[in-house]
Amino acid sequence: MRASLKRLLRKIGEINERYREPRIAMSRVVRAALQFLRVYLLFLVCLMVYKFILLLN
Amino acid sequence: MNFFSKLYYRLRKMWKAIQLYLVIAGPGIVVMVADNDAGGITTYAATGAKYGYHLIWFLLLLIPAAYYVQEMTVRLGAVTKRGLAEAIFDGFGATWGWFSLVDLMLVNWLTLVTEFIGMTAALHIFGVPPWLTVTGVVLLMAIIVLNGRYWTWEKIALLFCALNLVYIPGAFMVNPSVSDILQDGLIPNFHGGFNGQLFFFLMANIGTTIAPWMLFFQQSAVVDKGMQEKDIPWGKFDTLLGSALTVVVAIFIVIVTGTTLNGVDIESAGQAAEQLMQTDRYVGTFMAIGLFDAGLLGAICISLASSWAFGEIFGWAHSLNQNIKQAPWFYASYFFTLITSGLVVLIPGAPLVLITLFVQVIAVTLLPAALVFLILLLNDRATMGDYRNGVWQNLIGGGIVVAIVVLSSLYGISVMFPNLFQ
Repeated sequence: MRASLKRLLRKIGEINERYREPRIAMSRVVRAALQFLRVYLLFLVCLMVYKFILLLN
Repeated sequence: MNFFSKLYYRLRKMWKAIQLYLVIAGPGIVVMVADNDAGGITTYAATGAKYGYHLIWFLLLLIPAAYYVQEMTVRLGAVTKRGLAEAIFDGFGATWGWFSLVDLMLVNWLTLVTEFIGMTAALHIFGVPPWLTVTGVVLLMAIIVLNGRYWTWEKIALLFCALNLVYIPGAFMVNPSVSDILQDGLIPNFHGGFNGQLFFFLMANIGTTIAPWMLFFQQSAVVDKGMQEKDIPWGKFDTLLGSALTVVVAIFIVIVTGTTLNGVDIESAGQAAEQLMQTDRYVGTFMAIGLFDAGLLGAICISLASSWAFGEIFGWAHSLNQNIKQAPWFYASYFFTLITSGLVVLIPGAPLVLITLFVQVIAVTLLPAALVFLILLLNDRATMGDYRNGVWQNLIGGGIVVAIVVLSSLYGISVMFPNLFQ
């Protein structure tokens, strides 16, 4: 189990290393817009989970 | 004589074109029809019961929306020969890649739960207990994927796609008023006014027509099938046909419940089928069979979308053309997602209907993230060359992203301030 977990972590490290540098160059504005979109979408999902719990109760 | 020789030549040419299409056909139709999954059938049935024919015009708008989104995956897959997960990792780096992959896994797993909910509800009508349905479905899907050929899997999936058409005769059997359908359904209107419930239904309908798993699935299927750049026009036609077919089936479901159950609060397609059984046994049976088929087709595709994406990123063998010995991790992740999501349905007292509707909404909320990456990748001149997006394709893609974000925001606002849209 431990060995499998170690192997998995090593594999994730390899993937992170392989894709460290994005091939497509993004301007700072595009990167900031993407970051904002990610946070905003996660916020909306949290709201929906909140609504789900409200309805459940 | 000259006329007959020309006619013969043209017919021969047409037959060759059809034969060529039949070879290429598959990913577009399968992904679009599988999109009418159990959650989709529930959403359409509930839409018809709640709004009658009034939202048919909105469903028609989803044909071009679904087509323009999905055809981008055909081009990207055929040109790069890699799936969307790998393309995102490569194009935008590991951080964005992991975000997309985790997002996909989560939404896929939740959607897979809704497929099992639909299938167990459908067979429950015929007296089959849920545990037997879950076991039977897992075994059936094992037989389908373990034959070791993409081609066979695709043809079986196409057979299930044909079964999805069962709703069309069902709609004719309930004798709907054509003039009402044309009058209420084709003129854009918001029956009942703007409120949180309308936003919820609009989002659920978008969510069931364009979903994140579809982007990843179709691109991986295009790659697994071995489509080349020269096949792109046929791939696009396949996608267009699938988009039209999926919305036509959706409209027929809305017509069935809009005619027979209008004003009835429908919580699930299973409940709709049970109620239809009381008014017309055959229509109810069609509804139940269609629901089971939809759930099965959805489950076949969604579990594959996850396994393909995992395989691409972790570098495992990840093709249906490889057997279980050649691609053990591919099949292990396939069955892991399948079995764990099936087990959720067996939890006593789980709020299955609520889960089904919310999964559609969460899927559409997370869709813009994957869609933005897809559009950016399709604008990469170095990779896509002549196949990159044009101005119109970018405008349509961008418009869909904005529309989804606006709708999600409106729904979010209605959650926070429930009295604002009354």
